[in-house]
Amino acid sequence: MQEKLFNAIVEMKEDEALALAREELEGGKDPLELLDLFRKAVEEVGDRYEKGEYFLPELMMTGQIMEQMAELTKDKLKGEYGDSGKTRGKVLIGTVKDDIHDIGKNIVRFMLDANGFEVKDLGVDIAPDKFVEEAKEFEPQVVGLSALLTLAFDPMKDTVEAFEKAGLRDKIKIMVGGAPVDDQVQKYTGADAWGKDAVEAVSLAKKWVGGA
Amino acid sequence: MLTENWTDLTPEEKLETRFDIWMNPEGVEFTPEAEKSFKERTQIIKDAVQLKKPSRIPICPMMGFYPFPYAGFTAQDAMYDYDKLGKAMKKYHQDFQPDCLASSFLYGPGKIFELLDYRLYKWPGHGTSINTPYQCWEDEYMKADEYDQMINDPSDYWMRVYLPRIFGALEPWKNLAPFTDLVELPFVGASLIPVGIPDVQEAFKKYLEAGQLAMEWIQAIGAIDGEVLATVGTPLILGGFSKAPFDTLGDTMRGTQPLMLDLFRRPEKVKAAMETLIPLHIEMGVRTSTANKCPFVFMPLHKGADGFMSNKQYAEFYWPQLKAVILGLIEEGLVPLVFAEGGYNQRLEFLADPDIPEGKMLWFFDATDMEKVKETLHGKTCFAGNVPVSLFKAGTPEQIDDYVKNLIDKVGQDGGFILSNGAVLDDAHAENLKAMFEAGKKYSP
Repeated sequence: MQEKLFNAIVEMKEDEALALAREELEGGKDPLELLDLFRKAVEEVGDRYEKGEYFLPELMMTGQIMEQMAELTKDKLKGEYGDSGKTRGKVLIGTVKDDIHDIGKNIVRFMLDANGFEVKDLGVDIAPDKFVEEAKEFEPQVVGLSALLTLAFDPMKDTVEAFEKAGLRDKIKIMVGGAPVDDQVQKYTGADAWGKDAVEAVSLAKKWVGGA
Repeated sequence: MLTENWTDLTPEEKLETRFDIWMNPEGVEFTPEAEKSFKERTQIIKDAVQLKKPSRIPICPMMGFYPFPYAGFTAQDAMYDYDKLGKAMKKYHQDFQPDCLASSFLYGPGKIFELLDYRLYKWPGHGTSINTPYQCWEDEYMKADEYDQMINDPSDYWMRVYLPRIFGALEPWKNLAPFTDLVELPFVGASLIPVGIPDVQEAFKKYLEAGQLAMEWIQAIGAIDGEVLATVGTPLILGGFSKAPFDTLGDTMRGTQPLMLDLFRRPEKVKAAMETLIPLHIEMGVRTSTANKCPFVFMPLHKGADGFMSNKQYAEFYWPQLKAVILGLIEEGLVPLVFAEGGYNQRLEFLADPDIPEGKMLWFFDATDMEKVKETLHGKTCFAGNVPVSLFKAGTPEQIDDYVKNLIDKVGQDGGFILSNGAVLDDAHAENLKAMFEAGKKYSP
């Protein structure tokens, strides 16, 4: 049963996965055990993405399945849900000011999440000050800045500078990404590193928090 | 119908006729120098498309909003102020002497978007800062349960469902009756009742007003592009417009995520919707490029790039439908100009499809390995690219020079190649852009 549920999730059989999960819960299964299974399934999807077997459609479908699973289990978990138990590290991400594109950023969020990071996603068009303010509160080890427009290179640079001005630059590592981003852009913005895709974002974050 | 015997012509004859019209425009009062440049430019572009070795490599940038900061104006000016729009476009073309026109068609008209309360985009002063170009605001403008309605009668779906969602001012159109009700005398009165609703009347008034603004706009940009053509001699290559059916659904109808989920939840509906879009997209390309007397049809691609889906998904949901549009355009004697922004490394094998006749289209590449492009497409299809936009903004003229030299050495020696930037250019240092033009001429074989 557990294996069937796991396979249904990783094979994108949405209806079957939900039916099986409902069955398990109605049969008295401990929702915490199911959460563990879900985490492993998401990891497996992440692995397949890394191997180039899965792409955007599968990540998005897995996200959808997980949202529905959370809905199913939330009543039974009472206070326990919400403590994700993630320990690997914290990453703050967002699309920089004046840019409202988010597909790439959302993939990075998914993959970091699948790899055990606690991710706070600020959304799109995020001003430098907002990044700094949120970082003070959330205390991430890593900050990820996303952009699709060439016009967003300057806001990326401004954001890195804002961290410097706030005296936080030594406490965090900053990575930049997005379709037009390359080593040239990384140098220009003063970020610590750049990644060409979500897989590289995860390995950078792992490297920086010492979990590689 | 460009000639009286149009329907009797073969695709090849149609293409030659279209090239002929494009290369010999009527009623343009060229300056002598511009006329000479125009003749050279159209000839080298045509030669490159037809896989010949042109007298020099054409340099055709994919221009975004860069001409405006270059001229000291904002992105908002480009969309609202036709005087500044004209000044910026003329300055860009005069200073850089590109081999193709950056049409002022691409930027506006902001006044119409404002009047109609356009919700599909954010633009300068309306959701983005005055210096930031317009950006698409994705949402589920077409709902999951509306596929059949769209497939059965796309125009009706557009008018009564889709347009009321993307234009706030046209929301009352959702009350209209379908035009297909108008089949017999007794139905006429009934069909027109909704048109009398005050909100609907108001919506139509705004629509008419938008039409007037469109006339002002087309006169203004027609004059700008006409003057650039006559004085600089830069031919139009973004003549008509079309899209890949998957992108139409993913960009502005279902939205990326809902469409990606549809691939699992209702794949047959997605395919049927794309089948509906194929003839519409061919017709759009034919009509717009014919009106602009230009053989090229611009097709910007989005959601089939590397990473968006697997090759298996691309083979099922993206390529066959895009290919159908490409072939439909070629059949009409047009040259699809397909702009593959982002990476297209995973997809190159599809592009070498044997069903696509040789020397009849153009691929523009961005973050794609150009040596692999040449390996795959040389002798089949003209390709263009791909100086990275990061270099224009964050690099130096020397780096641009090196990049162009290397690019031309590797892929530009045997014809069938056009030099261009990778992604659309919104931000750059002028000396870097100048360096691309200089290097392109210097290293051209």
